[in-house]
Amino acid sequence: MKNLQLPLTKETIKSLRAGDSVSLSGTILTARDCAHKRIFGYLKDGKPLPFDLKDAVIYYAGPCPAKPDMASGSCGPTTSARMDSFAPALLNLGLGAIIGKGEMCGEVREALKRNVCVYFAAIGGAGALYGNAIKKSECIAFEDLLSEAVYKLEVENFPAVVAFDCFGGSIY
Amino acid sequence: MRKINTEVIEKKIYEMALHAGVNLTPACKTAMNNALKTEKNGAAAFALETLLKNAETAVNKQMPVCQDTGMAVVLLEIGQEVFLEGKPLAKAVNDGVKKAYADGYFRKSVCDPITRVNTGDNTPAVIHTEIVEGDKISITFMPKGFGSENMSRLFMLKPAQGVDGIIGAIVETVKLAGSRPCPPVYVGVGIGGTFDTCAFLAKKALTRDIGTSNPRGDIAEIERVALEKINALDIGCQGFHGSATALGVACEWAPTHIAGLPVAVNIQCHCVRCEKAVL
Repeated sequence: MKNLQLPLTKETIKSLRAGDSVSLSGTILTARDCAHKRIFGYLKDGKPLPFDLKDAVIYYAGPCPAKPDMASGSCGPTTSARMDSFAPALLNLGLGAIIGKGEMCGEVREALKRNVCVYFAAIGGAGALYGNAIKKSECIAFEDLLSEAVYKLEVENFPAVVAFDCFGGSIY
Repeated sequence: MRKINTEVIEKKIYEMALHAGVNLTPACKTAMNNALKTEKNGAAAFALETLLKNAETAVNKQMPVCQDTGMAVVLLEIGQEVFLEGKPLAKAVNDGVKKAYADGYFRKSVCDPITRVNTGDNTPAVIHTEIVEGDKISITFMPKGFGSENMSRLFMLKPAQGVDGIIGAIVETVKLAGSRPCPPVYVGVGIGGTFDTCAFLAKKALTRDIGTSNPRGDIAEIERVALEKINALDIGCQGFHGSATALGVACEWAPTHIAGLPVAVNIQCHCVRCEKAVL
């Protein structure tokens, strides 16, 4: 198990290989179907995004509401393949890493290689565990989308597996 | 004639929904533990262990076992000697769902199919009612997540394709789904009926406990062979390869037309949540 601090440096990304187990700590941003659609609307209109993509880590997830004594509700990954058409453009714009679940398409793998980025698979269905790994959560964009809004999360010891590395390697 | 106020149904739905969001079925936990015992692939075993730990965390912290607390699927078998009084049945069910999803801090995942605007309270529930004999009401509550629902398929096979065609359709669906529906999956299969009844049978099959067989021998054999073929696909837990691609295959059947052989395959992820009660 490799302990990694986010954001990742390109050197760190180059040290990762598909199949490696990792534990992530630092800042990640959630975005799923509706948020991506909106991000692409901003890009199309040439409007600046309400958050910085440079070296950011996007987590394909939509959390449950938090109980009063917790930072977040359950928050496991959603199926990444639905974001196949969005991911390459965001990686080209500076996105550093993706977290989701399940295989993504060849274009994503190419974009990860080209931009020296990495795709982590979180364990799909482990919503309660991931909810407990979140120490802080703040909605930073698209609040009207409820669970599909963009949340800035501070995570500690967030378990994942390297699914696609920056050399074209895949666990699938 | 037995009178039942729909408020009683509402209260029961509320309790069932709250419990279902947090707890895997005991049969699911057993199947996951068994899968871990035989899994030889390291990454898949790690994922299975993580998921079992997650199930414990959910119970200890009383939080949803998966953030996709699903669409609320409700099956009601209503005895024809029951007289329902009080608010309309569908409203009672939806009010129970609404309150449980708010009080349980569950995610609200229901939206308009075109505008994608969220209804905000996880209603409407998907309600199936059947009138049966007797004076009781059987309720099944199953939150259905969509990572797996999205991987489901319906086939209108030719009668000549027979049992091999049915098994082929089941295995092909799981193969195409690959890592995406959160394997190990539970596979619900409808065989026969019309286009619509077939899909309903597949959903109903998922309400059976993992590990049970259809009482009809030839149907049980389809379940057995399909499961064996699926677990030889090497998809494995989370798509990390290995032997645990499916925890079970459950088939339900109905008579069909002489010209057809509908087969519906409804995929359920490893988070099998299903509550049953009788009023």
